[in-house]
Amino acid sequence: MRITQGTFSYLPDLDDDQIRAQIQYCLDNGWPVAIEHTDDPHPRNVYWEMWGLPLFDLRDPAGVMQEINDCRKTFGDRYIRVTGYDRRYGRQTVALSFIVNRPKHEPGFELVRSETSDRRVQYTVRSYATTRPTGERYSS
Amino acid sequence: MTTVKLGETKKDRWSAGVTPYAEMGYYDADYVPKDTDILCAFRFVPQEGVEPIEAAAAVAGESSTATWTVVWTDRLTAHEHYQAKCYRVTPVPGTDQYIAWIAYDLDLFEEGSIANLTSSIIGNVFGFKALRSLRLEDMRIPPHYVKTFQGPAHGIVMEREYLNKYGRPLLGATVKPKLGLSARNYGRVVFEALRGGLDFTKDDENINSQPFMRWRDRFLFCIEAVQRAQATTGEIKGHYMNVTAATMEDMYERADFAKQIGSVIVMIDLTVGYTAIQSMSRWARRNGLILHLHRAGHGTYTRQKTHGVSFRVIAKWMRLAGVDHIHAGTVVGKLEGDPSSIRGYYATLRENTIAANPALGLYFDQDWASMPGTMPVASGGIHAGQTHQLLHYLGEDVVLQFGGGTIGHPDGIAEGATANRVAVEAMIQARNEGRDYLNEGPDILAKAARWSPSLAKALQVWKDVTFNFESTDTPDVVATPSV
Amino acid sequence: MTQPETQAAGGGELIDLDAAYRDAQLQPLFDDLESALIGLTPVKRRIREIASLLLVARLRERLGLSAERPSLHMSFTGRPGTGKTTVALRMAMILHKMGYVRRGHLVVASRDDLVGQYVGHTAPKTREVLKKAMGGVLFIDEAYYLYRPENERDYGQEAIEMLLTAMESQRDDLVVILAGYKERMEVFFQSNPGFHSRIAHHIDFPDYSRDELMAIAELMLRQQMYRFDDASRDAFAQYLERRIRQPHFANARSVRNAIDRVRLRQAQRLVEQGGQIAREELSRIDADDVRQSRVFVESSEAPPLAEAASLRKES
Repeated sequence: MRITQGTFSYLPDLDDDQIRAQIQYCLDNGWPVAIEHTDDPHPRNVYWEMWGLPLFDLRDPAGVMQEINDCRKTFGDRYIRVTGYDRRYGRQTVALSFIVNRPKHEPGFELVRSETSDRRVQYTVRSYATTRPTGERYSS
Repeated sequence: MTTVKLGETKKDRWSAGVTPYAEMGYYDADYVPKDTDILCAFRFVPQEGVEPIEAAAAVAGESSTATWTVVWTDRLTAHEHYQAKCYRVTPVPGTDQYIAWIAYDLDLFEEGSIANLTSSIIGNVFGFKALRSLRLEDMRIPPHYVKTFQGPAHGIVMEREYLNKYGRPLLGATVKPKLGLSARNYGRVVFEALRGGLDFTKDDENINSQPFMRWRDRFLFCIEAVQRAQATTGEIKGHYMNVTAATMEDMYERADFAKQIGSVIVMIDLTVGYTAIQSMSRWARRNGLILHLHRAGHGTYTRQKTHGVSFRVIAKWMRLAGVDHIHAGTVVGKLEGDPSSIRGYYATLRENTIAANPALGLYFDQDWASMPGTMPVASGGIHAGQTHQLLHYLGEDVVLQFGGGTIGHPDGIAEGATANRVAVEAMIQARNEGRDYLNEGPDILAKAARWSPSLAKALQVWKDVTFNFESTDTPDVVATPSV
Repeated sequence: MTQPETQAAGGGELIDLDAAYRDAQLQPLFDDLESALIGLTPVKRRIREIASLLLVARLRERLGLSAERPSLHMSFTGRPGTGKTTVALRMAMILHKMGYVRRGHLVVASRDDLVGQYVGHTAPKTREVLKKAMGGVLFIDEAYYLYRPENERDYGQEAIEMLLTAMESQRDDLVVILAGYKERMEVFFQSNPGFHSRIAHHIDFPDYSRDELMAIAELMLRQQMYRFDDASRDAFAQYLERRIRQPHFANARSVRNAIDRVRLRQAQRLVEQGGQIAREELSRIDADDVRQSRVFVESSEAPPLAEAASLRKES
C-alpha cells in the first residue's frame, strides 16, 4: 500500500534533483522549508515530529538536502516530509508539502466499523503499523 | 421666488405630481461617494425618448426611497441622506448602453443580511418600464458592511488545513448520470472515484431526495464509500452531501444527519434562497463541516450582457453569506465563460483586496477586510488533457471537477480519477520547476502518460475535445480571445 | 555563459576569447570595482588574474582539457579598513556571473557566529552558518580567533574541523574567504595546516598611501555634498600624516570617522557663529574644523593612558 498524502504522492518518488527543484521553488517564493518525520501515518495526524527548526534565510537547497539526508540516516525507516511555509497576511499556512521518504513496507489501514442504531456505522481508520509502539513500527 | 421663462414651467420639488427623478436629487454629479457607501454599477438601455441621466436617476430612485409621484411623507425624513445618488453616467462606446454609478448610504441596509441587501437593490427596479434592459454589473461593499457578515464558514486556508492538502488544486467529480442511480450504485461510483485519487465527489444539484433515491439511503451508502476510500489511501476524503430540501427544517435534519455519520462537507443549491444559505453557513461554522454551494439557476439571470445580475455580484453576495465553495466557471469547459470575466470572479472570491480593473470586468476596488476567501469550483466539460490550461487560467486554489472526465474513462472510474490526479500533480511539479507549462503542457502530460497508463488512455480518448464558442458576456474593454 | 565562443575541438578550429569575455559580462563588474574602490591596485590586478584563470578554466573544461573544478577558496590579508569585505562582495558577484557559485550572495561571519559556549553548541551554530552560505560566499573575518589553543575549554577547533570538511567536500556548494591581519593569519595557517591545501588564492591588501586616503576623504565628502577649501585640504593632509603613525589606524574606516568628526565641528562652528551665512558655507569645511583634532594637540611624548584610551575609541 502507499499512502497518498502530500502534493506529489501520485508521481513516482521524487529523486534528489527533483526534490532540490521543489525546494528552490519554495526558497524563491520566500517560504522557509521545514523537515518533519513520523511513524503514525493516520490522515488526521497533523503534527509530525520536527527535524530541527524551519530553515529560515536560506538561498540555496544544498543546506536543506543535507538536513534531509541526515534525517534519512536517523529515521530512514519512517515517513519524512518537506514543507514550505507561506507567512503572508491572509495565508499563514503551508504552501507546499510532500513526502521524501517512506518506510520500505507500508502495511495500510484497517477500517474499524462499530455498528450503532439502524444502519448507521461508526467508523474509524487505524493504521496497522500503530499496533506497535513508536520506534518499532517499521523495522525492515 | 424663482424666475420662470416664457413657455417653460419649472415644477416645485414638493408640489404634488410627477417630478423628474434627476431633479429630486437622485442624480447628483457633485456627490463624492463616502467610504461607508455601498456603490453599484448598473448597465442600462433607456427606452426611446428617455434621457439617460433621467433613466439612471430613476434606477437610483426606484432602488432606494422614491416612488413614481411626489409624496409629502418624504418630508418627514432626512431624505437627502436616505436617497441613493447616481453620481456618474458613462456611455458604453459602440452601443446604446450606459453605465450608471450609484451610491447607497450604509443606513439603508440591515446588518449581515443578504436578503435585505438584494431586496433593496434589485427587488424593485428591474421591471421598470422606462428601461429597455438593466443589469447589475458590480457592487462595492465597504468594510463597514463586510464586517457585519460571518463570511465563509471555513475559507480556503482552513479548508486546506482541515483536509491536510496543500500546494495543488483539489479534485472532485460529480456522480453521473445526473439522475436515476440507486443509492447503492451511487455509493459505488463515489468509492471508485475517491479511491482512484480524487479528493471529493459531489451530488448533482438536482439530487435531493427522489423516488429513485432517498436522501438518507444515499448518505449512508456514500459515507461507507468515503470511509473505505480513506482507509485505502490514507488521505482525507469527502462527498458533498446535498441537503437542499423543501423547507429549512428538512435541510437542518439532513445536515445534522450528514454530520452525525461523519461527513466533512455538505452542499446546497443556490435555489434554496439567500436566507437559507446564510442559515446553512452559520450551521456549517458551528458544526465544522465545509459548505459547498452549487449556483443552480444563476444562468437564467447572469448570462446576458444587457439584462440581469452579473455573476461577479452573486459571487460577492455568496462570499458574504458564507459559503466555502462556489462554482465559478472553467473557461475551457462546456459552460459559458469568458477568460477575463472569470479571472475577475476568481479574484473576487479568493483575494483580500482587489483593485478595480475594467479588463477583468471589475468596476470597483473591493476590500474584504480579512474575510476568508471562498474556494472557486471549476466544473463542466473539463478533462485531463486541459490541465495546463486549467492551471494557467484558474490557479492553484480551486476545486477542479471532472465528472464525465472521470466516470467516462474507458478503463473505469478509478482509472479516470487516477488520470486526473496524475495530470494535476505532474503539471504542478513542472510549474514549480520553472517550466513554461502553458506551452509545454501537452509534452508534460505526454511524459507523465508514459508511466501512467490511466493518463495515457484519458489523453487518447478526449484529445480532440474543446468547447469554443463566442462568449455572450465579455467585459467592455477587451475582445474574447478564442481558447 | 553561452556556447558560441567554443567550437568543436577539431584541429584548426579557433576559440573566440573576446566573445567568451563578453559573454561572461565581466567588464561591467571590473568597471564597478574600479570606480567603487580607490587604490588597491595590486588587489584589483589579482582579481582580474583570478577571473581570467576561471574563464580559461571554463573554456578548457568545455573542450575536455580538464575535468576538475578549480579551487576557489581564498584568504584576504591586511589591516582593518583596507576594503576586504567590499572586495569579497564583488568577488561573490564575479563568481556568480561566471557560474561558479549558484546564488552569489555573501554571508559575513565572525567567531561568535560559528563557535558556541558549551559542549554541543558549536556544531549546530557552524552548520547553520554554512547552510545559509550555500550557493554563495562565506566570509570569515579575523578567522584566527577561531583557534585558541591556550584555552582548553575553547570549542573553536570543532568549527575549524567543520570548515575544513565543508571546504573540501562541498566545493560545489560554497566558497570560503578567510580574512584578517597578515601576520596573525600566517600563524593561524601554520597551526592549522589543513587550510593550506584548500586555499587557492592569497590576496594581500596593502595599507592605503596617504594620497589614496586623501582621495578617499575627498570622495566621502563629495558624496555627502561637502568640500575642502585649500586651507582645510592641507590641514587634513597633515592630519593624515600624523594619524597614520598612531596605533589602531584602520585606513578607510578611520578616515570615515575623522570626516564625521570634522562635520560635527563644522556644524558647531556655524551654530556658535550665528548670524546670516551664504549657501556655500553649509558645504565648506574650514581648516579650523580639522585642526581642532587631538592629533594636532599631541606632543611628541607618549600620551597619558586616558588619552590613549579615547584615541583608541576614535579609531
